[in-house]
Amino acid sequence: MEHDRLVRTMEAILGPEGVISEREQLRSYECDGLMNYRVIPELVVLPETAEHVQQIVKLCYDEGIPFVARGSGTGLSGGALPVESGVLIVLSRMRKILEVDIPNQRVVVEPGVLNMWVTNEVAEHGYYYAPDPASQLISSIGGNLAENSGGVHCLKYGFTTNHVMGAEIVLPDGTMVNVGGGKAPDAPGYELLGAFVGSEGTLGIATKITLRIVRKPESVRTLLAAFKDTEEAGGAVSGIIGAGIVPAAIEMMDSLCIEAVETAVHPGFPQAGAILIVELDGPKAEVESQFEQTVRICEENNASEIRIAEDDTERALFWKGRKASFAAMGRISNDYYVQDSVVPRTELGKVLKRISEIGEEHGMRVANVFHAGDGNLHPLVLYDNNVPGEAERAEDVAGEIVLTCLEHGGSLTGEHGIGVDKKKYMPKMFATEDLDTFQLLRCAFDPHQICNPGKVLPTPRLCGERPGPFRMHPVQKAGLAENF
Amino acid sequence: MDRRNDSLDPRETGNPYDSVDATERQTDSSAQVSTSGGPGAHGAGSPQDIPMDTYAAGDSIRQTVGRGRPTETGSYIFPAFDDHHPPEKDLIDDCVHCGFCLPTCPTYVLFGEEMDTPRGRIYLMNKALDEEPMTDNNVRHWDLCLGCMACVTACPSGVQYDKLIEATRAQVERRYERSPQDKAFREMIFQLFPYPNRLRLAAAPLKLYQRFGVGDKLHKAGVMKLLPKRMRAMEALMPMLNEQQDVPEVTQPVGEKRARVGFIKGCVQRVFFSDVNSASVRVLAAEGCEVVAPKLQGCCGALSVHAGREEEFQGFARKLIDAFEGLELDHIIINAAGCGSTLKEYGYLLRDDPEYAERASAFGEKVLDISEFLQELGPVAERHPLPVAAAYHDACHLAHAQGVRKQPRQTLKQIPGMDVREIKEAEICCGSAGIYNMIEPEPATELGDRKARNVLNTGARMIVTSNPGCMLQIQASLKRMGESMPMAHPMEVLDASIRGEPVESLLER
Ligand SMILES: Cc1cc2nc3c(=O)[nH]c(=O)nc-3n(C[C@H](O)[C@H](O)[C@H](O)COP(=O)(O)OP(=O)(O)OC[C@H]3O[C@@H](n4cnc5c(N)ncnc54)[C@H](O)[C@@H]3O)c2cc1C
Ligand code: SF4
Ligand code: SF4
Repeated sequence: MEHDRLVRTMEAILGPEGVISEREQLRSYECDGLMNYRVIPELVVLPETAEHVQQIVKLCYDEGIPFVARGSGTGLSGGALPVESGVLIVLSRMRKILEVDIPNQRVVVEPGVLNMWVTNEVAEHGYYYAPDPASQLISSIGGNLAENSGGVHCLKYGFTTNHVMGAEIVLPDGTMVNVGGGKAPDAPGYELLGAFVGSEGTLGIATKITLRIVRKPESVRTLLAAFKDTEEAGGAVSGIIGAGIVPAAIEMMDSLCIEAVETAVHPGFPQAGAILIVELDGPKAEVESQFEQTVRICEENNASEIRIAEDDTERALFWKGRKASFAAMGRISNDYYVQDSVVPRTELGKVLKRISEIGEEHGMRVANVFHAGDGNLHPLVLYDNNVPGEAERAEDVAGEIVLTCLEHGGSLTGEHGIGVDKKKYMPKMFATEDLDTFQLLRCAFDPHQICNPGKVLPTPRLCGERPGPFRMHPVQKAGLAENF
Repeated sequence: MDRRNDSLDPRETGNPYDSVDATERQTDSSAQVSTSGGPGAHGAGSPQDIPMDTYAAGDSIRQTVGRGRPTETGSYIFPAFDDHHPPEKDLIDDCVHCGFCLPTCPTYVLFGEEMDTPRGRIYLMNKALDEEPMTDNNVRHWDLCLGCMACVTACPSGVQYDKLIEATRAQVERRYERSPQDKAFREMIFQLFPYPNRLRLAAAPLKLYQRFGVGDKLHKAGVMKLLPKRMRAMEALMPMLNEQQDVPEVTQPVGEKRARVGFIKGCVQRVFFSDVNSASVRVLAAEGCEVVAPKLQGCCGALSVHAGREEEFQGFARKLIDAFEGLELDHIIINAAGCGSTLKEYGYLLRDDPEYAERASAFGEKVLDISEFLQELGPVAERHPLPVAAAYHDACHLAHAQGVRKQPRQTLKQIPGMDVREIKEAEICCGSAGIYNMIEPEPATELGDRKARNVLNTGARMIVTSNPGCMLQIQASLKRMGESMPMAHPMEVLDASIRGEPVESLLER
């Protein structure tokens, strides 16, 4: 469809205030939280209802126009990167909390509702929404769902997928479906919700999401321990987990990271090679005894200082420091490039050592802040986009880090998703057959490849197209699936 | 093989699998849409605290997205910025595009799109800096910024958005041709508000008009509807005028002298809220200050600088510096938040002026907001009880631009019997924002109404805030909603307490 007619048709659906088509305006949507990749979309649309989304998607389907969903645009893997001559469907005007059902511990929201609003909405009843990505102030539930986002407290409570009960989804052909359970906790049939969560916007657009909320724990204790270096801090982590304690969170920050957050939000962190923030929650008696044990383990691992949060304010300060760490990088560097590989906890020490070597080899600074409990690293490669070649070098460093993690039995991403950024590494982690199985699933939802094309899977192929000489997929050979 | 041609595809044959419609599973669409917020706010501290109301987009979104707005002139200016202080690349580069500033940005709250967010506006500046022209569109999005600086508070990267938007606005004013109507209206405002004498004259007919209830009659007759939107907005904002009281040039301290301070009278403050000035001077004197208020002091230029009128601002600033020079003051005190934030920045704003640069920073360093100063000084005068629940509203230019949040609250809490209530969504601007509510009435009205609702929800008897603009704005919104609430500046409250006036003196006004 030619541009003007597309604009007019969209305006007929959304009104002129729901369609953005001028170049300068479109440019503000050309990238998400990962600024290295930029594409100017043909059109940005701002639906206000699920029906709007359905009509938009239907139009795209009929006209063969690719589309990409975007929530708050904080994704760190380029998941919401627009496609050229495609439509960007921005859900930030769908931000109503539709239902608060305290007795059934559920909240129904539109996809543009921000993560933090859910907790704010139910806090007075003694509940909260557990998944807490550091971006919880601004990331949308739709984006969280698509990325299966996690946060510091996911070690104990699980990721977004453990807290979504159901979703209303507009499929890439404009059909509206409901997946997952309603009020009852479980639904029979295929676990389509499981497939949808973490699909990075490639299987459709969520227009209504039912979330599980959990009761605030009876007791919470938080400590901050300083160590000489990340290795000693890592020792403490192993010690704590090894003792059978499941903390609500264990987070590690290295000295570069401490420096950045100190200038940004002044949490008053000690000057140290590494710090750990450990939080325990649950029934009071259990928390108290395990907390003592945790303190002891930190001491045994030569902690130079241990601070215990005396009240909620102090605890909030610890977390503020932790959660501001990415954003605070602006204080010590113009740009940063973040990876989020996961490594087995036992390999942490070795991998961290290798990361700092890689940085030194390339003359780049790498800051580390991560979920130590589950080995989910967030190495931040610092660079300056204004220096020619630095961006590329940063990418090289990040690439080497990823490969190192894979070599140590790790995974590409813990929570930020693959997007465009890491799809090239997918073949390093998965065999062709594995990737083809992903592709089969994707084709079942999106046979025409118009829904967030070019993301997640490497070398985008048309559905049914095989790379190289024809080989039947093992799943097909076994008669379990057909080639759509 | 395309499965879609298979007759079993439910999408083509309806739902052959069972007789029950899948929609039964869906949640009841009549489920109540929650507009109530979460727990009480904790004042403007971290954005983490805001329990956000989740309203649907209002009508004002038409002011920004979509084609054919009345402000369009078809301009295309390239390069967008000239060499005279374009927004600094270094400052722009501090932004890492994380979006943490979005939730407290009032225009994001209203419009829900990217261009009207701090992140988006900075992005537009960046593009305009090296690739894109200045057009109606990017000017529109910069214009719609309220300059509330909530983004400065929220940003973990320390992006100095205040400097960026000021530089951008100066470029826009210099280089962009506004539509004739727009230009005329802005000119009218700037010929009026920074000049207390003119403002007083202009307000005089209003005084009569208010006394005889002409406004109400006109409203009833629907005549007001015929006025252009912006004029209507201005009319709705005009407060009742009280008798004017000027403050003396020198006021002696009560008891032992603890400090000698200069006093800035403000423009709007002086004309519409002269009571606030008198109360402030009385409080300062009661706390042991000798107060010097030079007779010949004009506007501080805050309105001009926020609108990018650089030269006009500099003229005002130089005159004000002259007026206070050589008075040997410990501090210079201001009670209006909007003026205070600009006064403190004088050094930066006059950095290019060889004759004034140094004097300007010396001046700026002396400036303190009145509640900031009083907390530093410590109370000596006796506080008499004022048993009343008061909602404290953070003026953006006090909380976000100057970081003064605790002090006014402390000032109030030191009064026995005072129950200081927090307003939900404390960090979101009320829409007053200098001259914004006159220039952009639609979004300002939506923000004002939102703030007024949150104020009413506190259940307080009165509202206390440190900025004249906020008072006018919230009052106008309350009136539109058929409500009213007494308002006072913290200094009026403190003055009443020190003088031992009954609570009614504050409530019956
Ligand atoms: C400073 C900072 C800290 C972060 N910390 C964390 C962290 O601790 N943990 C973590 O997991 N992530 C973190 N992130 C990454 C990011 O915030 C999350 O991935 C978040 O879930 C993205 O939400 P969003 O609303 O911004 O989505 P977007 O970035 O707009 O979109 C992300 C993806 O979701 C898709 N999508 C969006 N809405 C929908 C919808 N309604 N239906 C279907 N698909 C949709 C998009 O197509 C895209 O692929 C951080 C990001 C930043 C900038
Ligand atoms: S100053 Fe206020 S209105 Fe302007 S971008 Fe910042 S938060 Fe938004
Ligand atoms: S201004 Fe600050 S908070 Fe906003 S996107 Fe930029 S870095 Fe993040």
